[in-house]
Amino acid sequence: MKLLPFLYTLLFLLLTVILSIAVGAVFIPLPDVWRVLVGRPPQVVTQAATIILALRLPRTALVLLTGAALGGSGAAYQGLFRNPLADPYLIGVASGAGLGAVLAMNVQWPDTLLGLLAVPAAAFLGALVTVFLVYNLARIGKTVPTTNLILAGVAFSSFATALTSFLMLRSTGELRRAISWLLGGSTQAGWGPVLTMLPYLAIGMGILLLSGHALNLLQFGDDQAQQLGLAVTRTRALILLAASLATAAAVSFSGIIGFIGLIVPHGMRLWFGADYRRLLPLSLLGGAAALLLSDVLARVIIAPQEVPLGIITALFGVPFFLWVLRRSKNQGYW
Amino acid sequence: MLTIEGLSVFYGLRQVLLGVSLEVRSGQVLALIGPNGAGKSTLVRAISGIIPVQAGKVAADGINLLSLPAMQRASYLAVVPQAVSMPPAFTVWETVLLGRTPYLNFLGQISEKDEQIARLALQRVDAFDLAERRVGELSGGERQRVLLARALAQSTPILLLDEPTVHLDLQHQVSLMETVCSLAHNDNLAVLLALHDLNLAARYADRIALLVAGEVKATGTARQVLTPELISMAYHLGVRVIPHPFADVPLVLAG
Repeated sequence: MKLLPFLYTLLFLLLTVILSIAVGAVFIPLPDVWRVLVGRPPQVVTQAATIILALRLPRTALVLLTGAALGGSGAAYQGLFRNPLADPYLIGVASGAGLGAVLAMNVQWPDTLLGLLAVPAAAFLGALVTVFLVYNLARIGKTVPTTNLILAGVAFSSFATALTSFLMLRSTGELRRAISWLLGGSTQAGWGPVLTMLPYLAIGMGILLLSGHALNLLQFGDDQAQQLGLAVTRTRALILLAASLATAAAVSFSGIIGFIGLIVPHGMRLWFGADYRRLLPLSLLGGAAALLLSDVLARVIIAPQEVPLGIITALFGVPFFLWVLRRSKNQGYW
Repeated sequence: MLTIEGLSVFYGLRQVLLGVSLEVRSGQVLALIGPNGAGKSTLVRAISGIIPVQAGKVAADGINLLSLPAMQRASYLAVVPQAVSMPPAFTVWETVLLGRTPYLNFLGQISEKDEQIARLALQRVDAFDLAERRVGELSGGERQRVLLARALAQSTPILLLDEPTVHLDLQHQVSLMETVCSLAHNDNLAVLLALHDLNLAARYADRIALLVAGEVKATGTARQVLTPELISMAYHLGVRVIPHPFADVPLVLAG
């Protein structure tokens, strides 16, 4: 397998990681970044050390993992549904998470560790329950037709979004907080979120990374895939579960960040080809890099305030997506 | 050898196949003919395990194929579908390699041997020079050859083809049929070929089975099955059967 695409993407990722640690409301020069990371901070850079170790590093890790989950899941969803417009929110993860989060925000949680986890946990549960309901709604006997899945997902999402809007209108006190969460962005600092998300992300993305060959087979349709030897229903369910798990974990702390899951796989496909054994890991790395870049912009544009991440990804994602579309028109890159 | 016994398939309440029994010996080409809607495609799909079967058995040398998991079944029989839509960005080489799936680990790692077999398969169908082309750029005839190569790469003793000549011009029809026949005879494959063209069946198949409304009405050689009585009954059309001008087979003419 060709290594060059991975090298390019890893390099880009490394650059964005460095940027994410160095840049923000306070710009930390690169030599100081190096010194802090290597563990020899002289007195002059203690402020930088605090910023880096307590804030920037965990935030970088959180954004990196979130972007990786969204990029990888996006590629998996596009492969599963054989649809270039598919993204990780297709069957309701976003709307379910949003409903869960807003429900939790209406309750006054104690100011303990558990209390801090309430909203993310509710979002996570909301996302998974929605996917479970949608999947079973779409099921006919032992098979789950793709069209049914999409229709059920759209129906459920509308329902959940309507409920969410209603709740938001009723609780004007939490309205701003809810909107801010729904637009996406890191609200909690420190390593807590990263460590909490990590197991679900690891399982979800681990399964996805092993699913490249199966996704290649699925591109030829369920019939051909099965005739070639794939246990289609079981495999599709597994990949769907893994992608939904990773996405649910990602949105539970970071809110609904759009476009990464949709665009990054398209970009990777355009540059490096449609083989899912390559596309999945590349979308993972690319998603991480793209979201890190967006997060840097979010911190810098109206510093010291932050723009919600979802707005940045939409603002910069849309022109990029249109450019990808134009480039791809004449080549069969799908 | 492929043995089909008493196969019955329902679509909802409608019976599509009723007690179909056929036998395809290794090294033989059996052409399945019949009018539209007779159930030819359904039979191919039922044998390959992608639609549920209400009764009957499909066996390869005694092994019940329908009770096997998909991966194992795929090492016994390979299907060449009609020139269906394929993901345009995949190359011919990548497509043919997918035929090796039953022998790969779940990561899909390809070995030297897999590549050798894929290369050989492409050469057998005279498509090796298409290897680096993207599937979306190919013509109908080329795509059909690629699908055949992929089925060959599966290295199965049984080959099923579902109306492979439908979108092909005369030259490609003939070349495909000749390739399939030589493969059957040289590699000792059992080949079941659903075909709508009666005269192609007469010319190239070793045996023919006539399927009408889900039932096998006749099996045998071309001369035995392609009779005016049977064909008129099956197709609701007056036909004449004359000796083929330069091959020792019957020629069916409508009208």
